[in-house]
Amino acid sequence: MPPPPSDPESTAPPDAHERERLGNVHPSGWRNPQPADRYRLVVVGAGTAGLVAAHAAAALGAKVALIERHLLGGDCLNVGCVPSKAIIRTSRLYAEMRDAEQYGARVPADIRVEFPALMQRMRGIRARISRADSVRRLTAAGVDVFFGQACFTGPDALTVDGAHLRFKKALIATGARPDTPSIPGLVEAGCLTNENVFDLTELPRRLLVIGGGPLGCELAQAFRRFGAQTIIAQRWPLFLPREERDAAQLLSDAFARDGIEVRLNTRAVNVRVEGGQKLVDLVSDDYKSTVAVDAILTGTGRVPNVEGLNLEAAGVEYDTRAGIRVDDFLRTSNRRIYAAGDVCLEHKFTHTADASARIVVQNALFLGRRRLSALTIPWCTYTDPEIAHVGLYVRQARERDIPVKTFTIPMHDVDRAIADDEEAGFVKIHVKEGTDRILGATIVARHAGEMINELTLAMVAGIGLRTLARVIHAYPTQAEAIKKAADAYNRTRLTPTIQALLRRWLTW
Amino acid sequence: MSSEPSMDDQTLDQLQRAAFGYFVQAVNPANGLIADTSRENSPASIGVVGFALSAYPVAVERGWMTREDAVERILATLRFFRDSDQSGSPEATGFKGFYYHFLDMHTGARVWRSELSMIDSALLIAGALAAGRYFTAITAGELQLRELVEVLYRRVDWRWAQHGGTTINHGWKPESGFLHYCWDGYSEAIVLYVLALGSPTHPIESDCYQAWTATYQWEHLYGYDVLYAGPLFVHQFSHAWIDFRGIRDRFMREKRCDYFENSRRATEVQREYARRNPHGFAGYDEHCWGLTACDGPSNQLAELANERRRLFGYAARGVPYGPDDGTLGGWAALASLPFAPEIALCAARTMLQRYPEMLSAQRYTSSVNPTLASADGGAWVSAGHFGLDQGVVVMMVENYRTQLIWRLMRDCPYVRTGLRRAGFRGGWL
Repeated sequence: MPPPPSDPESTAPPDAHERERLGNVHPSGWRNPQPADRYRLVVVGAGTAGLVAAHAAAALGAKVALIERHLLGGDCLNVGCVPSKAIIRTSRLYAEMRDAEQYGARVPADIRVEFPALMQRMRGIRARISRADSVRRLTAAGVDVFFGQACFTGPDALTVDGAHLRFKKALIATGARPDTPSIPGLVEAGCLTNENVFDLTELPRRLLVIGGGPLGCELAQAFRRFGAQTIIAQRWPLFLPREERDAAQLLSDAFARDGIEVRLNTRAVNVRVEGGQKLVDLVSDDYKSTVAVDAILTGTGRVPNVEGLNLEAAGVEYDTRAGIRVDDFLRTSNRRIYAAGDVCLEHKFTHTADASARIVVQNALFLGRRRLSALTIPWCTYTDPEIAHVGLYVRQARERDIPVKTFTIPMHDVDRAIADDEEAGFVKIHVKEGTDRILGATIVARHAGEMINELTLAMVAGIGLRTLARVIHAYPTQAEAIKKAADAYNRTRLTPTIQALLRRWLTW
Repeated sequence: MSSEPSMDDQTLDQLQRAAFGYFVQAVNPANGLIADTSRENSPASIGVVGFALSAYPVAVERGWMTREDAVERILATLRFFRDSDQSGSPEATGFKGFYYHFLDMHTGARVWRSELSMIDSALLIAGALAAGRYFTAITAGELQLRELVEVLYRRVDWRWAQHGGTTINHGWKPESGFLHYCWDGYSEAIVLYVLALGSPTHPIESDCYQAWTATYQWEHLYGYDVLYAGPLFVHQFSHAWIDFRGIRDRFMREKRCDYFENSRRATEVQREYARRNPHGFAGYDEHCWGLTACDGPSNQLAELANERRRLFGYAARGVPYGPDDGTLGGWAALASLPFAPEIALCAARTMLQRYPEMLSAQRYTSSVNPTLASADGGAWVSAGHFGLDQGVVVMMVENYRTQLIWRLMRDCPYVRTGLRRAGFRGGWL
């Protein structure tokens, strides 16, 4: 059984924002409706995937039931993207204030971080965004919302809170939860994950972040910028192991500039509590050390929520680590039941959950044949600089024997980046050699997340670098880096032979 | 390009000879070990010893040392390594035919808890092989020299360094086993792979090399198509021994290029970066460049106006993503002589004119940082000399002038085998 979700009533400081949020995502005193005779679609889990599917299906006229055991909006709204981006924005402000001189600006000498204030701002933003996910909006859209633990009783039925629901089709979108590493003493000492870190009311003076993936990196940087003495321990030689090396290297450098103590190739092997502080033993090959901190945050992966659903009764095959088994149409081993979002996808992002939910609605309700593999999925790590990617990495192309060439524009070649003093980074566009077809791209830049969308669009629309070179980009913008890469491609088409011919023409 | 003066042959000769002089000063004649740096209490570096072994033939050719003297020094070195403690214990000299990176100058025992270094062992073996190809006389000494070279090369268990995986690990420690370096991407390890593939006794499989080249990045950067690696030394070290002109592995065939031409382009890229000088450091321009592995001013001044400007010690500085703290390796331009003679000579000449303090005892220091001024108003300069720098200068200047080392290694059957098994074809192969 997974650890019980925290009691909805006891998260965070109970201020007006929290009351509004909880009123939207799990109102106390909610009475589950009488179940309909049979539902066209039952959705288990009301995170991003579940909500998107429920709203989309209901809008098209299906009778939909949505079941949630904890909070509507799932991870993204409550303990993921929304709160993290809110505090990241504030952390960036503090970083700029500290760097003010470099922009030719003066700020007061003592910059004090008001942690409670910035967390309150986060709660306000979260409450405001929770309105779109609210139970009222769902019921107004005609969705029957049930709070409780769903439990399958057969291939086409389940129970929730004593009620029996029959369905023509079902979608399991129960998401994933943090995978806490099995380090001796960690649980006893207490550690933070994304599920409780946004409930903090006080900034830890000294913080150890275990895990150098996107979550660990984003929060380590944010907390460092708030003033916490921060150490980040990553077991692999580089951060963000999926990303390409140069991106990881630039991030490492940025962390060092922020004053984060970077420990790569390092594992935490033991935790104990002594004198009110947590002592953690770290090992890096033959180098051993112990650090004393006040809080430990882990970002070491996510495991799918597949327990407690009695999936066996429904004939749905699953794996405790990889999640629910689905085919390319997102159908499980039970033809009536689909899955979407973190519970079954390798790429656990909000936008992927959204896209997969839409595929399920088409395929489950309208005999659609839309494939997961047809999606072009970008992603972004919202550190400073941001690191964004879409499509293939160079190593993936080379593994598939696709000859690949990369057009690289360092951001220090981009006028706007120079004017903004945001030069750390690059745009790399990978093309199939000999063509202008974009295989993938990686962007490291302050606004990489915004910029990657242009390249995703190009790939989905089948636009190559040749066409991109004809697209007028507003000057000066950082996205112009993309046009520069396209222009560089065009110049390589100017072979010596063609150059000679052109010269003959022009001197004629 | 050049309204700037180039460098005359005499100056080049002086620089090369002064570089070689390091190996005469820094040696322990009893065992042939050479100090990593000229600083006090510096241990020996096996990589530096490798460069020394190849530098002796150059010295003999140029008349800076007698043949007998050179043979004696090499014999002392090779005998030491042959007889060294290969048990792999924390105090030994080596294991499985490899050696610890840093050794005590007198006892030859491991120091600094340094790792068993595969790449530096490869440099040592490459140096030995070059010496073996040069000293071909039928004297007792030279016969024994060649025999010892064979013994040392055959003893290296390259297979073991694969550790059952698809690539060669770069380091090992008795305390913790194989180290978890990131081995991805183009690096100076080509010579390591060639020697490992060419081994008559413990060769690695050729798919090991393919697995490594699969991590290459071919990038169009600053107008050049280049197999990318940040620090300049990566594009130089393997070339000190191997002549890559015209020979192509599968990757280079696909890209219609070769590693020699690539190093030329990489040198141009360094120049383009210096021209842009994104961090606004003093001194950088198209005639003043060279971000590579070198010493740095990290123990200088807390007194920095801008806290963002971090300084590093010995580090592999690179282009275009850094790290770049305004420190240039003055010798790096000379080491690119064979690939890009005009711009390399021009840069070497210009930098010497601007920063004569870059030489001490007429020899290149490891690095210069014009942004940081020293007490007497010149640029900051690294103290003493580093052996690796001297070695690469001696060898690359020689390859530029006479191709001596390249010629020696082109005839080495192990190198030919290694290159062939890596998939190289064409050219002189």
